[in-house]
Amino acid sequence: MAEYKLTTPLKEEDVRKLNLGDTVYITGIIFTARDEAHERLIEYAEKGEKVPVNLEGAVIYHAGPIVRKKDGEWEIVAAGPTTSSRMNKATPKVLEKYPIRMLIGKGGMSQEVLEAMKKHGVVYCQYTGGAAVLAAKNIKRVIGVEWLDLGIPEALWILEVENFGPLTVTMDAKGNSIYEKLKQEQKKILERLLSQL
Amino acid sequence: MERDKIEEVAIQLLRKASIFLPIDVKNALKKAYETETSETGRTVLKTILDNIAAAEQLNRPVCQDTGIVSFFVKGRAIDYKVIESALIKATIEATKSIPLRPNAVHPITRKNSGDNTGVRIPGISWLYKDTDYLEITATIKGAGSENMTALYMLPPGEGVKGLIRVVLESVVRAGGQPCPPVILNIGLGGTVDLTFKMAKLAMIRPLGVRHPEDDIAKLESKILDLVNQTNVGPMGLGGKTTALDVKIEYAYCHTASLPIAINFQCWADRRATARIHPDGSVEMID
Ligand code: SF4
Repeated sequence: MAEYKLTTPLKEEDVRKLNLGDTVYITGIIFTARDEAHERLIEYAEKGEKVPVNLEGAVIYHAGPIVRKKDGEWEIVAAGPTTSSRMNKATPKVLEKYPIRMLIGKGGMSQEVLEAMKKHGVVYCQYTGGAAVLAAKNIKRVIGVEWLDLGIPEALWILEVENFGPLTVTMDAKGNSIYEKLKQEQKKILERLLSQL
Repeated sequence: MERDKIEEVAIQLLRKASIFLPIDVKNALKKAYETETSETGRTVLKTILDNIAAAEQLNRPVCQDTGIVSFFVKGRAIDYKVIESALIKATIEATKSIPLRPNAVHPITRKNSGDNTGVRIPGISWLYKDTDYLEITATIKGAGSENMTALYMLPPGEGVKGLIRVVLESVVRAGGQPCPPVILNIGLGGTVDLTFKMAKLAMIRPLGVRHPEDDIAKLESKILDLVNQTNVGPMGLGGKTTALDVKIEYAYCHTASLPIAINFQCWADRRATARIHPDGSVEMID
């Protein structure tokens, strides 16, 4: 299992080479997006409107941060990952419409998302759930925020990060998913444990 | 007892609970890090420990999901009205000053109150305890783990085997979603209101403290051992630390029922307790 330090915007070859279990640290820019920002991304694409951010080689972070304003500047207080499966439905469409290269969240995503990731050259990395302060510590600065009308957690936050991680590659761009592999293993273990009761 | 004092103590408890994990939880996580053999599992546990340290250092909530606030109030002579108003006020104040993320919404309209209060929230459980002091435990519970809660009404004939089966199945089904390593708080027996209540009483019992009855204590250890063989592991990425502990509380139940409530608690097991003595002195309990 290798360790990579990647800088945004990510290139397709950056992510195609990643394997399950690799550790990744991101430096550059990441965008937060939850359910409603995903819906809006789709809305814009369907209407043919331009979104207010450049998503070329982008990293999307499934997170709803706690934010406060200090001396007129936004400050991220905590920003741990949220459950990614809520974005299962919207993600294949979003990946089709936007040149995104990496998703960060927790808990993994569906088979449809895995297929879309393979097709478009995207990886999914898991960040430790709840490790919100550590995540915030690696966020150097809030560059901006869009769609604040969706509310603070749902808005699209543009964040400058340095060595954001450790992230674990749990779904690669080749159609492999740790979650699927583990699910099968765990099912077998469960059967064995139950038969021994 | 003075209303202001209770409010002040409750704010302190929420601050402590949201930022500092109880010592029993921290020790269990440290021990897990030492014994975990999966490489990914160790990375996850290290991240959790680093995060806990960063939260303490920067005085920030240990997880961004600062959950739903619940209080457990114990004592002999409880002035319900005064305490309730103090705890609600404390929740509003703590939300502003710590700050906590406002999470409380109407279940249908989904409108957020903005201050973590609302109809019947913060939750308050009134528990009788024959003491002259008032004991308040504040807990903060995120949605990721709470959403994995399961209730089973098993045929009584399934007994202990049935209990173990549903726990193991629930743990594997939940996978990484409740942010493992988890703590399983289980309510056994009762009518369902009690079943859940007992799971929540198990939640406020510190890790490593076994049920006073030997049979139940053994069952807790046995289930913990089995759960840690499932290879769910830290954050569901595989490993032998799936749960830090399993705690069971029980009540008698109908001869034709075997209710089981399984309440998942994530590693961010946030609780803090204080006692307010009749002379006004406050004792913080870890
Ligand atoms: S399940 Fe717990 S640790 Fe995970 S995000 Fe929710 S509150 Fe935080």
